[in-house]
Amino acid sequence: MKRAGQSTETPQVGRSVPRLESWLKVTGRAEYVHNLRLPGMLYGKIWRSTLAHGRIKRIDVAAAQAVGGVHRVVTGDDIRKLVPEPYYGPAFHDQPILAIDKVRYVGEPVAVVLASDPHVAEEAAHLITAEYEELPAVYDEVEAVNSNAIVHDALKPAGTFPDLKHLKGRANTNVALDFHLRRGDAETALKEAHRVFEHRFRTQQVMHTPLEPLVSAAESTESSLTIHTASQSPSFVRMEIARLLGWPENRVRVRVPFLGGGFGAKLYIKLEALVSVLSLITKKPVKISLTMEEQFFTITKHASTFRIKSGVSREGRIVARECEVWWNGGAYADIGPRVTQKSGFTAPGPYDIDNVLVDSYALYTNLPPAGALRGFGIPQLVWAYEGHTDMMARSLGIDPIEFRRKNLLREGRPQATGTVLRDAAIEKVLDRLAALMDWQKPFERGTSPVKRGRGIAIGFKACVSPTTSLAAVNINADGSCTVYCSTADMGQGSDTAMAQIAGEVLNMAAESVTVVHSDTDVTPYDMATLGSRSLFHMGNAVKLAAEDAKRKLESLREELKLPADAEVGEVFKKKYGIQQGSVVGTASYVPSYKSPDQNGLTDNATPFWMVGGTGVELEVDTETGRVRITRLVNVADVGTPINPRIVETQLSGAAIMQLGFSLFEKMQFDGSGQLRNASFAEYKIPGLLDLPAEIVNEAVVAEQRNGPFGGKGVGETGTFGVSPAIANAIDDAVGVRLTSLPMNPEAVFNAISAVAGQK
Amino acid sequence: MRKEIRFRLNGEPVSAQVAPHETLVEVLRAEFGLHGARESCGQGMCGCCTVLVNERAVSGCLYLASLCEDTDVRTIEEGKALDAVQQAFVEAGALQCGFCTPGFVLMTRQLLDEIPDPDEDDIRHYLSGNLCRCAAYPEIIEAVKLAARRRKTTQEGKR
Repeated sequence: MKRAGQSTETPQVGRSVPRLESWLKVTGRAEYVHNLRLPGMLYGKIWRSTLAHGRIKRIDVAAAQAVGGVHRVVTGDDIRKLVPEPYYGPAFHDQPILAIDKVRYVGEPVAVVLASDPHVAEEAAHLITAEYEELPAVYDEVEAVNSNAIVHDALKPAGTFPDLKHLKGRANTNVALDFHLRRGDAETALKEAHRVFEHRFRTQQVMHTPLEPLVSAAESTESSLTIHTASQSPSFVRMEIARLLGWPENRVRVRVPFLGGGFGAKLYIKLEALVSVLSLITKKPVKISLTMEEQFFTITKHASTFRIKSGVSREGRIVARECEVWWNGGAYADIGPRVTQKSGFTAPGPYDIDNVLVDSYALYTNLPPAGALRGFGIPQLVWAYEGHTDMMARSLGIDPIEFRRKNLLREGRPQATGTVLRDAAIEKVLDRLAALMDWQKPFERGTSPVKRGRGIAIGFKACVSPTTSLAAVNINADGSCTVYCSTADMGQGSDTAMAQIAGEVLNMAAESVTVVHSDTDVTPYDMATLGSRSLFHMGNAVKLAAEDAKRKLESLREELKLPADAEVGEVFKKKYGIQQGSVVGTASYVPSYKSPDQNGLTDNATPFWMVGGTGVELEVDTETGRVRITRLVNVADVGTPINPRIVETQLSGAAIMQLGFSLFEKMQFDGSGQLRNASFAEYKIPGLLDLPAEIVNEAVVAEQRNGPFGGKGVGETGTFGVSPAIANAIDDAVGVRLTSLPMNPEAVFNAISAVAGQK
Repeated sequence: MRKEIRFRLNGEPVSAQVAPHETLVEVLRAEFGLHGARESCGQGMCGCCTVLVNERAVSGCLYLASLCEDTDVRTIEEGKALDAVQQAFVEAGALQCGFCTPGFVLMTRQLLDEIPDPDEDDIRHYLSGNLCRCAAYPEIIEAVKLAARRRKTTQEGKR
């Protein structure tokens, strides 16, 4: 990765340490829950709803139960005998462990067959039948606002979010949360503006498709429960399962080894509640491994509609902006209300606009639930505001980069919420993007039928706040170091980064540090591995814990009157008469935060900003609508890269993932809410042949002053600008504007034909 | 229903009782505790389940175990030390979550056996049947090139 003017390298931080688990992964020996087999274990196979919305009249499991080798078939009624209120969720307690009374989307779990042979369980599951009374269904997020089809009879906000309390018991609505931000007077400013532009953008529902599909297993005794799960949020799992069972948290243990990808799919409760109750009901270990197909019925990325309106002055300054965003949350809220609020903070984009109005709505619909997917709503917003920005620039006859420069949100200026921008290198990112794209130079436009174009886009994100991380750092008697933290390494390299941070403090090679994987009986609380928060939050906690351990060791040396450079072994020998023992440093990190007021304003919305920009050069085949990306440029403010190589892989990996969401990925539903392409045969994700010919990644010189050694999160940053940069480049190439994702050949060809037809 | 099959697994003669519907990946996991080949998409579209049967890569999640009678089966777990391909994947940082990595390593070995000096186009096409959702593709291409150079200079040739 390019980095203009490398910062001074310290021994551990800033070094491209190969991942600590490299050997395990290239030899196929890394531990995943996928591999786990417990003695006497039963496999569960889920039987799912075939109807988008209906009242359950009867579930017939007799034929399935009669299949030889079937241990038991379980339905929602069985679960209610154990857990009277079996509803879970991080924002709303709205999702039943198995459907109760109603089904709310096609694919919702209704019953589970348990057998010691997974093939038997699968075969028997096919024999289950159900009878429903069909109810009207709603699929579109905008229609859901005023639809007669009501997905939930009453809203059930979880107590954990105080700002959702007012929604409790609200009935006859599909709006799970509405966030409003008012700054200045957008209405008047729009009236007085020289030019006003209004556009509407859409994004489609897509799925994370981690290659290790969602998987959980549970084993229980009368008084304890151990859950082995591919989860990004072990602490939350423990809390929520304990709440459901009415148990103290110390009787629930959650273990998480490596994850075969996460991307936001493996957050909160997915299969954990189900395997837990199944294990308690059967008194046997139970494992459920989803197939790739079933993942599409479990958690997805929000489809969205965004109406954006801007007023521009005679001088080309954006003076007002109205944003109205509808988020299609599917049948269960999951973390959708948080996506709605937190992304609402930055919906107006990285521009300095005095008058801003944001209305952001989380909607229930009869589709598979939507949650967090690499960006927490931000890619959907950037898609709209950066398309809008280019459309305005074109219409005003101003160069798109020049227009952005004119309106850019600069360091020290308040952002839409009123929070002042600090350590957010938006201007630098734009400058480097322009330089790496050779924007000032003439651009080869191609010859018919293949036209060439280029485009850029920039986006930013407020990291979710306030969230807490705890860590412990153990210095063993031989001087070796063990880090305890509940951050899940799902491929982002957190083990390596935490080892580098601890190693930097303790002056030891990162390669020699061991990072213990999440085990809630062992590793302390962490909010979750999500939203690019871990490097910053857990990184700070690990740094503080390592400093605590170092201090304790130093005071031990003083107490024992040993010289400051005495070996660790000597310290323990003198203290305990033998080289045994340990020094444990502990720390917690929680940044300050202020909740937005009734106008959505706060002067402390986030502990750090993430900034990402994308440049694209592409070819459009005007005869087929096929788009070929020839050059992809990713520029980001990642603070100081702790591990430059891993940072680069995160940046380009995120961008390539977003390339799939931009050009071809789409969950296709028919008129009755049936998903038609729930498999890799029909739902294509990016492969090597989809890779742009050239990819350039650059981290601008920057420092996150409150981050560990100047670092901050990067997992999502590469996604921000990809989709709008492509749309802007297509417009540049062939003069057509796409406002809906994905930009597949059909969509591009139809847009070209429509424009040609008008002429 | 079950019948005994005999085959060579990573160089050792072995036998297993298999049912007709059981796949090679299931048998490797259940009977031999080998988890490097793993089912992901279940359709032969992603390459995570890659296993070599008689030196040819197959999709282990679709390949019936009973077809392995008298064959030579090799998995990522073969061998004690890292080979040039594995070493290159480590050095180039060509992995993230690691779930697809064994499949990529096995296919890269097969690629380099067939085309010792592949150009970028060869690499992209040959490995296009392996998917990496983390999208470490640029690093994977770099690793393949690095492995090709190493294998040439060390005369390692065919494993």
